[in-house]
Amino acid sequence: MSTKPKLYYFDGRGKMESIRWLLAAAGVEFEEEFLETRDQYEKLLQGGSLLFQQVPMVEIDGMRMVQTRAILSYIAAKYNLYGKDLKERALIDMYVGGTDDLMGFILMFPFLSAEDKEKQCAFIVQKATSRYFPVYEKVLKDHGQDFLVGSNFSWADVHLLEAILMVEEKKSDVLSGFPQLQAFKARISSIPTIKKFLEPGSQRKPVPDDKFVETVRRVLRMYYDLKAN
Amino acid sequence: MSGKSRLTYLNGRGRMESIRWLLAAAGVEFEEVYLETKEQYDKLIKDGFLLFQQVPLVEIDGMKMVQTRAIMSYIAGKYNLHGKDLKERALIDMYVEGVSDLMQMILMFPFSPPDAKEKNLESIKERATNRYFPVFEKVLKQHGQDFLVGNKFSWADVMLMEAILAVEEKVPAVLSGFPQLQVFKTKMSNMPTIKKFLQPGSPRKPPPDAHYVETVLKVFK
Repeated sequence: MSTKPKLYYFDGRGKMESIRWLLAAAGVEFEEEFLETRDQYEKLLQGGSLLFQQVPMVEIDGMRMVQTRAILSYIAAKYNLYGKDLKERALIDMYVGGTDDLMGFILMFPFLSAEDKEKQCAFIVQKATSRYFPVYEKVLKDHGQDFLVGSNFSWADVHLLEAILMVEEKKSDVLSGFPQLQAFKARISSIPTIKKFLEPGSQRKPVPDDKFVETVRRVLRMYYDLKAN
Repeated sequence: MSGKSRLTYLNGRGRMESIRWLLAAAGVEFEEVYLETKEQYDKLIKDGFLLFQQVPLVEIDGMKMVQTRAIMSYIAGKYNLHGKDLKERALIDMYVEGVSDLMQMILMFPFSPPDAKEKNLESIKERATNRYFPVFEKVLKQHGQDFLVGNKFSWADVMLMEAILAVEEKVPAVLSGFPQLQVFKTKMSNMPTIKKFLQPGSPRKPPPDAHYVETVLKVFK
């Protein structure tokens, strides 16, 4: 195993994208192996690399880690993006839980039927603007600091920026009622590691397309449509 | 706020049950407030108690915590059930997340339409016996220790115990191919705090029934 973390996933966002964001934000270089065929996946399974038979899987520090949340928590703690004590960690975990729920609605989007897609899009925007964004807008307004928790850049900031950009891809003016989040977005985007990740040629993946959906369905033999919220 | 933690949820398992298990396993007493009407829930939201307008809510150490995972992580960290270092924490987190995926299927089960119930039950059985239980059976066999991680009682053990019992309620003979898990279950049952939680009169909630489903639909409609 090389010393760089190695990510095993499809060549696309899915559940791995938050991990790419966090590693990039922490300034950590990583390698990727893209699953393209069912055979590759079965080989990984037979080799015993996937604890619960699932990807994402990240080889890091001698471990074959699975479960997105576990991986993100480990990276956050290792690179000091998890607050300075238990209470800051609790706040970060709460905030990340919210953005995770929001991004979860977007994650399933490409796998919905055509008619459900429209409904889900409206749902995503409604939840973003009435449930999630107001919370972070208020947090930033109340303490007036640059970062969500403890005056320090953390996993919560990275995750929120990722969520904001994803929702904007569905509705470009979604931040119009949220001045604090607009400023936050500009601020966090200009952090050197994040700026680099947002430039073309980085390991950031594009909006999922038909090819991505096809690949996931083929590799996982997941031929049913997911249900909209 | 009294010194004790206070849990706000429905009078039933749902997403709060894993939190009850963890607090109980840590020997921590807590109070509970039960949501019975939509009005109660709306008031909680209006009064700004629910960060994302959702329960579970746990008032603990001056915080109004929401998000099940965040709450459990905090409790585990506070009561030394989250491993001794980052790598043990990583293992515990992986195990907990895996078990959570299984528990999610059980959580959703009472809300499946009648014609999907048999299929969903079969899925729970299949996942438990082919994906999740074999992992923990192997972990316990390989290190031969009483607990899943670091030879010490942790959050992972509590979650696995909860999951075993929850699956057994649906699939009574589910542990028949898993001798290590059978031993594990017995050992956990005999730990004083867990033993107490498993006795009648504890805060442990019964399996969800029609009344519980009805209440959920009514409160959150």
